[in-house]
Amino acid sequence: MDSWVCPVPLRDSPNIVMGHGGGGAMSGELVEHLFLPAFGASAAGGLSDSAVVSVGGIRLAFSTDSFVVKPMTFPGGSIGDLAVNGTVNDVAMSGARPLVLSTAFILEEGTTLASIAHVAEAVGAAAQIAGVRLVTGDTKVVDSGHGDGVYINTSGIGIIDEGVDIRPERARPGDVVIVSGDIGVHGVAILSCREGLEFGTTIRSDTAALNGLVADMIATGADLHVLRDPTRGGVAASLNEIARSAGVGVSLSERALPIPPGVRDACGLLGLDPLYVANEGKLLAFVDPADADRVLAAMRDNPLGGNASIIGEVVAEHPGMVVAKTGLGGTRVVDLPAGEQLPRIC
Amino acid sequence: MKYLDEFSNPELAKKLLDQIHAATTKPWAIMEVCGGQTHSIIRHGIDQLLPKQIEMIHGPGCPVCVTPLEIIDKALAIAARPDVIFCSFGDMLRVPGSESDLFRIKSNGGDIRVVYSPLDALTIARQNPDRQVVFFGIGFETTAPANAMTVYQAQRLGITNFSLLVSHVLVPPAVAAIMESPTCRVQAFLAAGHVCSVMGTEEYPPLCEKYQVPIVVTGFEPLDILEGIRRTVLQLENGRYELENAYRRAVQAEGNLAAKQMLDDVFERTDRGWRGIGVIPDSGWRLAPKYRAYDAEHRFEVTDLHTDESPICRSGEVLQGLIKPHECSAFGKQCTPRTPLGATMVSSEGACAAYYLYRRLELREVSGV
Repeated sequence: MDSWVCPVPLRDSPNIVMGHGGGGAMSGELVEHLFLPAFGASAAGGLSDSAVVSVGGIRLAFSTDSFVVKPMTFPGGSIGDLAVNGTVNDVAMSGARPLVLSTAFILEEGTTLASIAHVAEAVGAAAQIAGVRLVTGDTKVVDSGHGDGVYINTSGIGIIDEGVDIRPERARPGDVVIVSGDIGVHGVAILSCREGLEFGTTIRSDTAALNGLVADMIATGADLHVLRDPTRGGVAASLNEIARSAGVGVSLSERALPIPPGVRDACGLLGLDPLYVANEGKLLAFVDPADADRVLAAMRDNPLGGNASIIGEVVAEHPGMVVAKTGLGGTRVVDLPAGEQLPRIC
Repeated sequence: MKYLDEFSNPELAKKLLDQIHAATTKPWAIMEVCGGQTHSIIRHGIDQLLPKQIEMIHGPGCPVCVTPLEIIDKALAIAARPDVIFCSFGDMLRVPGSESDLFRIKSNGGDIRVVYSPLDALTIARQNPDRQVVFFGIGFETTAPANAMTVYQAQRLGITNFSLLVSHVLVPPAVAAIMESPTCRVQAFLAAGHVCSVMGTEEYPPLCEKYQVPIVVTGFEPLDILEGIRRTVLQLENGRYELENAYRRAVQAEGNLAAKQMLDDVFERTDRGWRGIGVIPDSGWRLAPKYRAYDAEHRFEVTDLHTDESPICRSGEVLQGLIKPHECSAFGKQCTPRTPLGATMVSSEGACAAYYLYRRLELREVSGV
């Protein structure tokens, strides 16, 4: 690493800070400016959530993800559901049918076996619902105080059928932007139980495997250009990444965003923007406008897409930027989040 | 909170906008004092929908922005100590000091915790009797009562490992300071509704009279802000300069008496430095002598720490409404939310950050950002 010169975006912090894991600009810069140069010639593939590799004429989607959520169980799910659904969704967002997963558990000394069993059962149940098999795994234990009970890494492999070509670079002006349902739910659910905040109603995480929904969308025969599950960094981060990948602009309509009242109120109270809050059971789709109605209909027929709605379109103007039309008729830029969203002082 | 939706209703907003357009015959410069209002104006694009003659000037009312660099440096010095658990609201963590910020201190091993209430810091103090727990007590009249309550409770419960790093500031002296400036362009104010919900409105009529300036107490939802602007314009057009309360659902003339009593008990008025502006006489609070034992500056002996601000940062002029954020040559270049020179850029409520986040598209043509 002696030859490595710290590039501009990292110069302001010699250490890892929490924002490097926030799914925003800092996370991207860490990969782009530290990992990829360090990997050198060994690095292959783009920066998508899953890599597409051809093996014997078959296109495989391969993805890995680590789950460090605290607490390990929360309203609507647990770290076990997340670990399966997160990787299944990353694989599915390239249009693949997820088939197999690996699971690696890093356990903290002192964690009760009962809580680990609860998480493990959740892994098994989520895999069954998603229709994937758990084919290999690993277990490590770290000293007490060096983990939050359990961390899980999962990797997944899926097959992309012929004729399916879904990737961020395919977004093009005119595309309709669809979200599969209410946004900001998972992030607020986690925040409410982690910080002991209550917002009048219990907000449950939306964690879910979206491969069935994706299969229904592909089955319409529509020209799907991009799929993305807006997890860390929320809808704002995903749209920005797609806009930059494809060199197009995205025009959002704030009034069309499906934000449940509980999420809106919680975000209002804490000074957070729902566009930046994490989701774990939603997808964004960029679709040829001629096919939008049929894709929407198929999504709404699926329980995980019942509240699917059009939230914007791809435009040729302001390439690489996401611009929202506000509820009152003004406009604002929706930027990539810098790091973690922080509750405001007042 | 369901009823807040009514205060974002586009049809009602259009009616108010129509009335503002109809009433406006001359150019007017109106300052919204509070950073929360600035954020709301920019986020909802309200300034784009107003008549061209109305200029909204963004005031100094962002608690994060106006906290002096020197206090940030004191916070960093205290937070870096191994014996300290340093508690803060979230948005202070990114505010740059001279050489670091709380995030970086945390990544170097500092025990820094984000809390949602200062009373949480007191709980942490009770749970960690062998550590010193410090709460970063910044903000306007809105956050001060809860911080005062924390010190009061600490004393009442005999908790000795807790202290407060205090940097509280007050709105009315800032309004007076802005009006006293020889370069002042402000012709009317939207007063911060939540400040008035604590302190009441009695401090404002003398300011209206002395400076012959209309002040309208205003809330934070889009319709609140439009109603505040509408009333302000009507006063300006009619040559009136009175205090009006356009936020009656939250503000009573006498304010919150219990909160005021707590403030009177725990704090005393003092001269305060404002980041980018300088010292404004009698514009802040510090702990009263009987609570001085809870003053973190004294406990950790950082009272002698002095620092200077960046020479190219013009946040002080932004905070006084003398320039717009993009008129600073560093805006969007040396100074961005990632590399802020002044706190108006780093705080999510800061005028520079609001312009950078939401208005970059139109500013790109103007300033090349």
